Amino acid sequence: MNELTVSMTVNGEPRQVRVEARRTLADTLREDLGLTGTHLGCEHGVCGACTILVDGDAVRSCLMFAAQADGCDVVTIEGVAASDGTLSDVQQAMHQCHGLQCGFCTPGFVMSITALLELHPNPDQETIREYLSGNLCRCTGYQGIIAAVKVAAAAREQS
Amino acid sequence: MKPSSFTYHRFDDLADVTEALTRLGDDAKLLAGGQSLVPMMNMRLARFEHLIDIARIDELRTIERRQDHVVIGAGVRHCVVERDAVIESDVRLLHASTPLIGHFQIRSRGTIGGSLAHADPAAEQPAVAVALDASFDVVSSRGSRTIAASDFFVGLWETAMNPDEVLRAVSFPVWSGRLGVGVAEFARRHGDFAIAGSAVQIEVSENDEVVRSAIALFGMSATPHRSRSAESHVTGHQLANVDAIELGRLGVADIVDVSQDSNVSASYRRDVGAAMLAEAWRRAAADAKRRI
Repeated sequence: MNELTVSMTVNGEPRQVRVEARRTLADTLREDLGLTGTHLGCEHGVCGACTILVDGDAVRSCLMFAAQADGCDVVTIEGVAASDGTLSDVQQAMHQCHGLQCGFCTPGFVMSITALLELHPNPDQETIREYLSGNLCRCTGYQGIIAAVKVAAAAREQS
Repeated sequence: MKPSSFTYHRFDDLADVTEALTRLGDDAKLLAGGQSLVPMMNMRLARFEHLIDIARIDELRTIERRQDHVVIGAGVRHCVVERDAVIESDVRLLHASTPLIGHFQIRSRGTIGGSLAHADPAAEQPAVAVALDASFDVVSSRGSRTIAASDFFVGLWETAMNPDEVLRAVSFPVWSGRLGVGVAEFARRHGDFAIAGSAVQIEVSENDEVVRSAIALFGMSATPHRSRSAESHVTGHQLANVDAIELGRLGVADIVDVSQDSNVSASYRRDVGAAMLAEAWRRAAADAKRRI
C-alpha cells in the first residue's frame, strides 16, 4: 500500500492521519476526520462545493491530495463559526439574505466568500460575481448570495 | 471518480527531482499545482505509478528582473503572478491574461510552469509566451538547456521537453516605451476552457503609430498561434487606421488546422477567434491611448 502520514492543522487543531497517497484532501476531511461539512459535487474542480482554505487561500479540496497539505493550515466550514456556535458574519449574512435553499453548495460559497473578503474587503458587483463564478448553486439563482456578500462587507466596514 | 493508486514523492531540491525522473522514467509524473492533472486522474483519464510533488522547491518559486527580462520560476502560482508588482509593471500582457485562468480557487494552486508544460491549446499563458518570445529554461540530470517559445509547443498537450526534463523557469522579455495590452477570450461559461482567445501587446509612438506588436491566438488549433500576418498589418500604422474586424479576419486566415469538436465547428471557431483578436486589439489600443 502506498500509505503515508500527513500532519496538518485543521480548524486550529493539530491533526495527524495515515492515508493512501491517492486520498484527496476532501476525502480525508470527510472520511478520516469526520468533517462532512465539506461537500463533494463533481470531484473535478468545477462545482466549488468542496472549497476550503489552505494556508489562507481558497482551494478545491477535491483537486488536492492530502499528502500535498502536509504541514498546512486548513480551515473548513466547521471552523468558520465561533466555538459557541455563533455564526460568522458571512454565515449570518447568508442567513439574512436567503443565500441558501437546499444548502448543498453553501459550505463552498461561505469559504469562497470568506476568502474574497480577505482579498477585497469592499468588493463591487463585478468583483463579487467574478469571485463567485467558481461555485455553482442550483437553487437560489445567486442573487441572495451576492446580496449576502454586500451585507457582510458593509457590516465589516461599520465595525 | 477516485484516482488509481500511486507512490507519492516530495523533494525540496531540484537535483533530487531530476534524479528521480531519470530513475523512474515513464512511470513518473511531476505534480505542481495539480489543477489539470488531478481532474484527469480523478476521472481515470490518466494514471501514474509515481507522482513527484515539486510544489515546495524554493528555487522554482522566485520572480526576478534580470536586465531586460523577467524570469519566473515554474512553480510560481497563478495567484502570485496576478498580484506581483514586477510582473504587473514589466510583463503586462502576462498580468492581464492571468485572471482569465479558471476561477480564483484554481489560481490559488495552479502554477505558471504547470500551465506551460501541460500545453493545453486553450490555455492563456502558452499564447502569451509565444507572443512575447519567452524562453524556457529546462533541466535534467544530463544538464540544462533553453528552448524558445516558438519551438516549445509542438502538439496537443505536447512540448519539446524530454520525459526526464523539468521546466525550471520561463523568461519574458521586458518591453519599454508606451505599451498597450489586451486579452479577450470566449468560453460558454465563465472560467471554462476558451473556445478561442487572443492576446495582443503593442508599443506605440508619441504620434500613435504602432512601432512593435506581438499577437497570438489560443484555442484555435493544437498549439498557440503567433499571427505574423496580423502583426505586420498593424506595425508601422496609426492606431486609428487599423480596422479591428479586418485585423481579426486576417489574423485567423492563415491557420490551416483549426480544431473542431462535437460542439464547435472549425468555421465557427475561426469566427470566434477573429472576433476575439478584434476585441483584444481594441483593448490594447485603448490601453495604449490611456498611457500618453
